[in-house]
Amino acid sequence: MSVAVGLQGVTKHFGGVVAVDNLDLDIHDGEFFSLLGPSGCGKTTTLRMVAGLELPTAGSVQIHGEEMGIRPPNKRPVNTVFQSYALFPHMDVARNVGFGLEMRKVDKAERENLVAWAINLVEMGGMAHRKPGQLSGGQQQRVALARALVNRPEVLLLDEPLGALDLKLRQQMQHELKELQREVGITFVYVTHDQEEAVTMSDRIGVMHDGRLLQVDTPETIYEHPTTRFVADFIGQTNFLEATVAAADEVVLANGDRLRLSTEHSGGTPVAVTVRPERLTVHGRGEAPGGTHRLDGVVDSVIYMGNAINYSISVDWMHLDVRCPATLAGDRKYVGDEVTVSFDPDHASVVIG
Amino acid sequence: MDVVVDPGLEHQAERARSRQGFLMGLPAIIYLFVFFVIPLGFVVMYSFATRTRTGRTELAGWNLEAYERLGEAVVRAVAFRSLWIAAVTTLLSLVLAYPLAYFISTRRPATRNMLLVGVMIPFWSNFLIRTYAWRVLLDSDGIFTRIMSGVGLGDGRILFTNNAVILGLVYGYLPFMVLPLYAAIERIDWSLVEGARDLYASGWSAFRRVVWPLSKPGVIAGSILVFVPSFGAYVTPAILGGNKKGLMGSYIVDQFMDARNGPLGSSLSVLVLVVMLMGTLIYFRQGGRSL
Repeated sequence: MSVAVGLQGVTKHFGGVVAVDNLDLDIHDGEFFSLLGPSGCGKTTTLRMVAGLELPTAGSVQIHGEEMGIRPPNKRPVNTVFQSYALFPHMDVARNVGFGLEMRKVDKAERENLVAWAINLVEMGGMAHRKPGQLSGGQQQRVALARALVNRPEVLLLDEPLGALDLKLRQQMQHELKELQREVGITFVYVTHDQEEAVTMSDRIGVMHDGRLLQVDTPETIYEHPTTRFVADFIGQTNFLEATVAAADEVVLANGDRLRLSTEHSGGTPVAVTVRPERLTVHGRGEAPGGTHRLDGVVDSVIYMGNAINYSISVDWMHLDVRCPATLAGDRKYVGDEVTVSFDPDHASVVIG
Repeated sequence: MDVVVDPGLEHQAERARSRQGFLMGLPAIIYLFVFFVIPLGFVVMYSFATRTRTGRTELAGWNLEAYERLGEAVVRAVAFRSLWIAAVTTLLSLVLAYPLAYFISTRRPATRNMLLVGVMIPFWSNFLIRTYAWRVLLDSDGIFTRIMSGVGLGDGRILFTNNAVILGLVYGYLPFMVLPLYAAIERIDWSLVEGARDLYASGWSAFRRVVWPLSKPGVIAGSILVFVPSFGAYVTPAILGGNKKGLMGSYIVDQFMDARNGPLGSSLSVLVLVVMLMGTLIYFRQGGRSL
């Protein structure tokens, strides 16, 4: 698979602040890649360095193997969908969408065809002569998409494009964006702080924190096998069982239990074992099946969620959150019940940080 | 118990709201009416009055003679010279002020305020005094003249020429151009420029296609604020132009003082007013905001 965007040792300082710290990343051709992280983690700065709107302090940015160096944004084969959309308020939809083609001196007839194609692609037919001020947020968002896609960029950069939309519209647009990407086959680099958005749309996700890229993997791997405490915590809910590395394939939990889990960290390193609430099961005391790891505890609280039941269970050294599919009354546990919580070590991961 | 609000009370409350602030504004309203509206009425009235042989203005025998005289060659020459000087002043101010306003509005907020105060510092001293200062500079052995001839740019003696008048007007009215331009440029969302650059626009294209059109309200506002007072200017042409060639302002004064032709002076004043009014109307039609 060829590399659409290659970042090597990319670093960006603003004054004395390190916004992006020595970042290495290859984004594959045709993939939907998300840069995910909390605000201020450097994801937007990274995107802007690919666009040419910021120049890296150090490192190399390549697009399809070509070094971008200090090339200005207008000479890069990428287009951006801005968080604020940045639609030109004095131009109608058609002029906005045709702006890039006009700047590249595409002749008028072809330009009109392409503009019509792009406007239809985002289902904005009939709105070509409206000004951005006459459009709703969702419509402006579509125009911004059309304005970028009409140029058939090698890479489309999207900076939290759904951030300003309400929840329902956002979910609809997530779906449409994914469809659109499949349709046009352009590499999408998508910046978001919304983990759900990243998980549902992306082929791969890069999680950023404090200017560093912590983990790059498929949504499944990021969710099921996070490598750092930050990633495990940022994506979904989880339990952390404090532990210490004993050997290459064994960790010791805080209560002295030994657990066979592979880790690359050396002996004595303080780590945590993370298990998602839905990967834990609750049994009557001593009824847990073999081949699993078992912890005895007492039910602290029960919250009925309709499709699931959330238990908080106190084992003597910590609390565990457990989510069980809602079943018939027989299996249900109540506050004060003495139980055994079990999990398959394959569903647990060792994280550091 | 049913509570019935008297519809009359609601009506009264509405009427009270429509008068809101009227009493507080009254002193200023009276002031403006007595010292501005009434004299203006006199000017308009005089322009239709009759000039007697002795040069008095008689408020009788209403006629359009003073307006017919506006078509005379002498008056036309004065009017066109004033228009020309006002136009050149406006254009020069725009050319000078735009880059400055652009520079100021792209600074950090603290720097911006400092620079804006700097632009307004000249207002702290009297306009008349500053114009006399120019006269000293432009004198045949003044600094300006000596520098100009020193670097070989002619003999530098421009005092009492149209160029000196334009120089003085640009100097005096430049802040009126800078401020609305600054306000317009500062309002432009910078991400629009980034958007344009991202869509293959060069720096120059991004300026021409995005920044310039969006700053147009400022260009129009500034141009009117400079053009209108330049057209009717009196002090600057009198001091720096030496009144060798009549301009609108001094020509009007001449009519009242020397020629003792009140009606013509008044009709000329009305002409200037109409030009200014048209300028202001254009400004509001362009959706201009007051500064």
